Amino acid sequence: MNWDWLARNASEIISWTLAHVLLSGVPTVVGLALSIPLGALASRYRWAYPPTVTIAGLLYTIPSIALFVLLPGILGTGILDPINVIVALTLYTVALMVRTVADALTAVPPDVRQAAVAMGYRPLRRLITVELPVAIPVIGAGLRVAAVSNVSLVAVAALIGVPQLGQLFTQGQQLDFYTPIVAGIVLCAAIAVIFDAIILSTVKLATPWRRLGRAAA
Amino acid sequence: MIGDIWAWLTTSAHWTGSDGIWQRTEEHVEYTLIAVAVAAVIALPIGALIGHTGRGTGLVAGTADALRALPSLGLLVMLALWALGHLPVGIALQTASIAVLALLAIPPMLTSTYAGVAAVDPAARDAAEGMGMSGGQVLLRVELPIAVPLLFSGLRSAYLQAVATATIAAFVSLGGLGRYVIDGLAQHDYPKMAGGALLVAVLAVLGDRILAVVGHFAASAGLTSRRRLWANASPYRSSYPTASLSETQPEVVNAARQ
Repeated sequence: MNWDWLARNASEIISWTLAHVLLSGVPTVVGLALSIPLGALASRYRWAYPPTVTIAGLLYTIPSIALFVLLPGILGTGILDPINVIVALTLYTVALMVRTVADALTAVPPDVRQAAVAMGYRPLRRLITVELPVAIPVIGAGLRVAAVSNVSLVAVAALIGVPQLGQLFTQGQQLDFYTPIVAGIVLCAAIAVIFDAIILSTVKLATPWRRLGRAAA
Repeated sequence: MIGDIWAWLTTSAHWTGSDGIWQRTEEHVEYTLIAVAVAAVIALPIGALIGHTGRGTGLVAGTADALRALPSLGLLVMLALWALGHLPVGIALQTASIAVLALLAIPPMLTSTYAGVAAVDPAARDAAEGMGMSGGQVLLRVELPIAVPLLFSGLRSAYLQAVATATIAAFVSLGGLGRYVIDGLAQHDYPKMAGGALLVAVLAVLGDRILAVVGHFAASAGLTSRRRLWANASPYRSSYPTASLSETQPEVVNAARQ
């Protein structure tokens, strides 16, 4: 490792790190927000489940670099516009999460649902206050996968020139120099680990009854 | 814009020669198949053994998660640099690139193999043992056949990973369809970039569909909804919802287990 090089380029690396966090974090949050209503619909109306899962699967099949390149043609944005990356990763997050949300909601134990119905909960309130909280652990597990893969996918966008940590890889390649590459890999992994920890602890905080259950057992 | 892409794709000169679409597609498929084959040779036996014995599950899940967190572009560039310094120039980039493709194809196959084998109904395992089968026979004749749907879902994830990473590998001078994306960018030729991207997407979707169909028929009829399919019933009903989660999203299932 050439620490001098790192110190000299510290300000640039910091701004790339921040960009990387935004480019991977925003799609994760927006994607989750979109997939909850979509997943709830697919879980509630059975006819909607097969087409939703099929479209999501198809989207998830398209390699990220292809989507990064094709989106400007569809959206009319510039090829370097970070919006392309955000839209592409939001699509991936929705593609992964919509099925997870639908399956998690469908897997809510029927007696829990019936108890809520008997207490007079209407469908929307039942979804928000009973079914979604019960589904949180499964949704959280899916979100961890989505968040971590988003962090890795953002780096690919460096190939078409969107500035973030992936830039360290293209730079390392051009300079024939390991330091930026190693720094990039370490920083990417660190962001992924932090995202993962945030999701894990949010799930833990949002489901206090699971801890109680474990303590009692 | 879309007209330009179409024009690029339908120009017959773009299909022939050493930088032609046929040649580039052939290269792309070749890299992908080699990488997936290498990954399968490594991941299948290890995954089967872990699933069968139940040992090392945490280690494998941890390694797979860690590999997923590493950016593929970074690994690719790093290994390519190393190979250029250590291997004969003619084969260095190709070897390094295919090694990275294989490396990234291992985790999905490994996790779904061990999850598939570990998820076999203990009653089926007990019955096989009761019939006098040895551990190896139980694994080969009972556990692996029952795990086939999950094996194929891992194979599909591995294929998609390899197709995507092979595209990126054009950046370190590998051939394949990624060349159009990288060269098109350098030449400010958007139709070429987008045409290449479209071909990559088609290759990914097509291969995935083929593997899905092969997997459907490779699995024992008792495991799939094949009979119901022929009886004109919904293929989704039978596997909905618990089986479907584990069938195509082993990552989620594995993550949920930790």
